Amino acid sequence: MKIIFTSKGKDWDSKIDPRFGRTEFILTYDTEKDLLENYDNSSVAEEAHGAGPRTAKIIYDLTPDVLITGNGPGNNAISVLNELKMEIYTGAENLSIKEALEAYKKGTLNKFNN
Amino acid sequence: MKVAIASGKGGTGKTTISTNLSAYLAEKRSVVLADLDVEEPNAKLFLDIELAKSEIKYKMIPEWNENCSLCGLCQEVCNFNAVIKLNTQIMVLPELCHSCYACSELCPENSLKMIPQKIGIMNIYKSDGLDFIESKMDIGQEQAVPLITKTKDYIKNNFDNKVLAIFDSPPGTSCPVIEVIKDCDLILLVTEPTPFGLHDLKLAIETAKQLHKPCAVIINRAEQGNLLINKFCAAENIDIIAEIPNDRQIATLYSGGQLLYNELPEVKKQLQNIEDYIDLFNYGGSYA
Amino acid sequence: MHEIVFISGKGGTGKTSITASFAYLLADKCVVADCDVDAANMHLLLDPVKLSEEDFYSGVVPGIDYNRCNNCGACADVCRFNAINEQDGKYAINIIDCEGCGYCARVCPSGAIIMEENNVGKYFVSNTRLKNTMVHAHLKIGAENSGKLVAKVKKEAVHAAKNNGKEFVLVDGSPGIGCPVISSLSGADFVVIVTEPTVSGFHDLKRVYELVKKFGLKAGCIINKSDLNLNITNEISCYLDEEKIVHLSDIKYDQSFSKAIIEGKTIAEYNPGIAEQLSENWTEIISHLN
Repeated sequence: MKIIFTSKGKDWDSKIDPRFGRTEFILTYDTEKDLLENYDNSSVAEEAHGAGPRTAKIIYDLTPDVLITGNGPGNNAISVLNELKMEIYTGAENLSIKEALEAYKKGTLNKFNN
Repeated sequence: MKVAIASGKGGTGKTTISTNLSAYLAEKRSVVLADLDVEEPNAKLFLDIELAKSEIKYKMIPEWNENCSLCGLCQEVCNFNAVIKLNTQIMVLPELCHSCYACSELCPENSLKMIPQKIGIMNIYKSDGLDFIESKMDIGQEQAVPLITKTKDYIKNNFDNKVLAIFDSPPGTSCPVIEVIKDCDLILLVTEPTPFGLHDLKLAIETAKQLHKPCAVIINRAEQGNLLINKFCAAENIDIIAEIPNDRQIATLYSGGQLLYNELPEVKKQLQNIEDYIDLFNYGGSYA
Repeated sequence: MHEIVFISGKGGTGKTSITASFAYLLADKCVVADCDVDAANMHLLLDPVKLSEEDFYSGVVPGIDYNRCNNCGACADVCRFNAINEQDGKYAINIIDCEGCGYCARVCPSGAIIMEENNVGKYFVSNTRLKNTMVHAHLKIGAENSGKLVAKVKKEAVHAAKNNGKEFVLVDGSPGIGCPVISSLSGADFVVIVTEPTVSGFHDLKRVYELVKKFGLKAGCIINKSDLNLNITNEISCYLDEEKIVHLSDIKYDQSFSKAIIEGKTIAEYNPGIAEQLSENWTEIISHLN
């Protein structure tokens, strides 16, 4: 299974980035390989418009099963993400990536419905 | 003749001036008032007027058909992230589209045809002497300019140029304001005598100058002895054509959505000053 | 570090005066971010001294290289915004009408149109007279505030707060319900909505709260000029209860708001009663933070 986090840094101790479109990093955790990889998303911050769908497209290409983020994606980004069968969880701001993964496993994050 | 009522910042009293002036003038002549603050139109709240008809307004966006090799050129040419290439389809995000037609016309397979998409609604109200037109952007739409353009087109096509058209403009100095004022004959800037008001007035005057538009100033919430705006306008050689006093009764009437001039003779007098100025301007005279 | 965002939906409710008052009460404990970039007024009250400034770019604009242009007019043909016209036998771009779509540059057969980053203004990091650090911006005429600019101002503010060990970032948020206000709200720990009891004030409060709710943010509300229309103040109070928005306080209609602005002061400096009220509100806001 592949889990994606919007993150302010590259490792397990980094904080979740509450922003979706302009998140600094996208972290991918492959549960089978127990491997955490990072994607530097800072170029999207340079987009004047449509940062949300741009980030959503990058995540789409990474084909995750689960997305864990903070405030949650906007409507345009959701249209793109909905094309994959992925579960989206919000409310993980203030947590580290490690803590967000634990919270996900315990089922304490909010499931995002749209 | 087209007159825009504008201001650098929100909350200075643009809508108060537009609605009172239009209703007052409509007692004597034909007036059309357009609320072009299409993101937050509020003028209707102050007018007792009947809806005559409504028109849906559209912009053009691309629609994908499956006759497509997914080459991705459309995504590449879109500067607004409005066209996204996915594994089995091209997705169009209508709110982000600026209707530039690049994706549609450059597509080698003709897979993106331009079709109309609803962006808002234009309501046309009528009473004796006053036509009131209000356009409201749909929630989720991000661009005000196309709807403003369409509303101005309606007025151009349906009213004689002799009818006085008053445009209640959105606040600020960005694209929607420029779209409103760029083909007006005169811009009336509403401000208040505080450093905030003065700062934003300077920006608004700068905007009018860049577009080579004549402008004059209306001071709202004027106070005796406070000459902040007067001094600035004297130095810049800009006419102050009316001063609406800072009066708690005005604020109370406004809060309940009521017009002011029937209750307050001083307001009526100031509206008359504005009319005199507009007429003088229209006949090519200068204001002494 | 906590981020508190002040919004209002409608202009003229006193949002900037109230945000600046909290900046006065917190002094060197906070960084102020002015994201109301279209009507940036905070600097008039806080009198910032600039420490650094940087250019800000948003979107792209075309420019014609006349050494390469063969005057074919393909650019003008494809432009849907009538931004390219022939003047004195040469094609020229009217930047005010240009949307920055770049279609002209793509179809130019001689590569004479170059899209350049659009310099829309500057942003600054400053120290204020009230000992706050402040991040603010100045846009050129016709330039539009954007989610990108707001994100940039906020990022600089958070950066300054972290580097200097400040506890709070106070964000004077953008108006309306579009992209800039979404960007203002993104990452907020608490949202303060400043409203007034007028038909338009209440209308805009409801519209902007829909957004706050969508992002699942905690919010409180200050009703300014509360005695102007007691019926609407009552309606707003009921709405706040229903939506579980913290009703922070009612501030009575007070001429000292504009008097304070005229003297270049925050309302809290000018009126001790309001200062005390806002100080209690701050205690309440903090109790809602994690």
